[in-house]
Amino acid sequence: MQRIISLQNHNGEKVSIASPPIDAVMLHERADSFTKRSVKKQSKMDALYKCIEMIDLTTLEGADTVGKVKQLCSKARFPITTELADELAGLPNYKPIPQVAAVCVYPSMVQTAKDALRGTTIKVASVATAFPAGQIPLKTRLQDVKDAVSAGADEIDMVINRGAFLAGDYQTVFDEIEQVKAACDKAHLKVILETGELSTYDKVRLASEIAMEAGADFIKTSTGKVSPAATIPVTLVMLQAILDFYDRTGKIIGMKPAGGIRNAKQAIHYLVMVNEVMGPRWLTPDLFRFGASSLLNDILKQIYKQVTGRYAYDKSFSLD
Amino acid sequence: MAGLNGMNTTVAKTIKLYIGGAFPRTESGRSFPVYAHDSKKVYAHLCRASRKDVRNAVSIAKSALAGWSSRSAYNRSQILYRMAEMTEGKRAEFVETFVQTLGYSQEQSNGAVDQAIDAFVYYAGFADKYQQVIGSVNPVTGPHHNFTTPEAVGVVALLCSDEFDFGQLVTRIAAITCSGNTAVVLLSENGAAVLAPLAEVFATSDLPGGVINLLSGFMDELYLHMASHMEVDSICCDCNDTKIIATVKEEAVHNLKRVVLNSPKEPGLQNILNFVEFKTVWHPVGD
Repeated sequence: MQRIISLQNHNGEKVSIASPPIDAVMLHERADSFTKRSVKKQSKMDALYKCIEMIDLTTLEGADTVGKVKQLCSKARFPITTELADELAGLPNYKPIPQVAAVCVYPSMVQTAKDALRGTTIKVASVATAFPAGQIPLKTRLQDVKDAVSAGADEIDMVINRGAFLAGDYQTVFDEIEQVKAACDKAHLKVILETGELSTYDKVRLASEIAMEAGADFIKTSTGKVSPAATIPVTLVMLQAILDFYDRTGKIIGMKPAGGIRNAKQAIHYLVMVNEVMGPRWLTPDLFRFGASSLLNDILKQIYKQVTGRYAYDKSFSLD
Repeated sequence: MAGLNGMNTTVAKTIKLYIGGAFPRTESGRSFPVYAHDSKKVYAHLCRASRKDVRNAVSIAKSALAGWSSRSAYNRSQILYRMAEMTEGKRAEFVETFVQTLGYSQEQSNGAVDQAIDAFVYYAGFADKYQQVIGSVNPVTGPHHNFTTPEAVGVVALLCSDEFDFGQLVTRIAAITCSGNTAVVLLSENGAAVLAPLAEVFATSDLPGGVINLLSGFMDELYLHMASHMEVDSICCDCNDTKIIATVKEEAVHNLKRVVLNSPKEPGLQNILNFVEFKTVWHPVGD
């Protein structure tokens, strides 16, 4: 039975949020069906190139340094070395490797990333709101967002207040997202649900609805710090929520699975799913992203194999 | 054995691959039959490995390399010796396989198993000695110690001889792994049924998963993918097909693979030498 909750927005207007129950068995059946497609040859190449354009190349470690972030930005601009690009250039079926969509870093590294990516179209995304737990006072979380935006972040990845959500205090979750959205100014807002902590698909669906109603530009599965992170079924729940929201309101929301997507095959499964559930309109970096770090190298390996006929080795590509 | 109805039922074996310490079926789902010697009776179905199985095996061998090469030589020696013990324990199974599929006599089969056990023991003994025998302290002018030591070359692909020779096969595998290399072995179609007892020897010898990987399949289909794989550091070609050897040499150029041809069939130090590379260290000394 559909669950309906009533909330109030910042103008005091009533917002009614309807969240249908999820049939987990059928969800898994459908999710499995996306992993059984055979994508080969030119279709595979097209998918691999598209995947690169959709990557938010990410480093979110306590050990991040200015040097590491600069290196990551360099990788974002030039996924393969110029020597390798020259080697591949003469081969049929090769076209230049595109740049990734964005680089995702902690707020303290936004300025570094911004400087390193100046002159490119690569966006700088910053996690904020006390990523990944979000368990500090709202005032501080909002300041975290403002700091990231003033440092030049184009996109903000916030975490929802899972403590409030799991306690049933949906109004607080809604209010906080609205306030973060306001603090983002012109920056795009991605709302991380941390689905690994929400325990049921019904809650994932409800959290998606709340995030979209509260002003999210993107909804995102996970921080990458909690297991399980992104999965095909949980992404399917969120995509369906986006589609229903679009049918209801006409607003287009993006989707970002993040965490655990490490190889090209998995990434292609996601593209198949997006294409079949949402249609080709969503297959652009403006509406679909992968939050990943090691995925890029695996895609490059696959492209290398397709172009040269040889399986690549890890040292062909930089590790960061 | 008597069945439920008092009938004797026989079940043909399906022999699976040995990759990463596990026994997976080929990802392709294909198989090919091995017949009892000089008959049309199917002895067993073997997995017909695909290029993706080769890829998986090489990736796993690469992952296993650091752990295996950094184990103490003494421990590698223990594990190789354990393989000899387990081969002895599975003697009857090896003999039965040789008699059934290759038409060997009991005496020939036991001889082949003896050779294999000797090879395991030989290289078990050399695992912690070859560096002393092959390595050297070099006289140099200047205040330096200068010494050269052999080290594992990396992931070694082994394309087996068309004429099955169990002693040679075990000699190769033991020589490759005793110095810390990891191996991806493509067995020849002839004699590939040995994969079953041999993989069980490896699986029960405390050998870390991925150090030795055994594939059964068609040489014509798979050799190119082994020869061209950039993660393979060396390739030993025991097959006699000149076309295959020429292609292997050509493909090896891309990542400077070491191509090993005509390695001795019998156990010996040369077999280790073929799969090591040398590191020379200059170390300053004071008065």
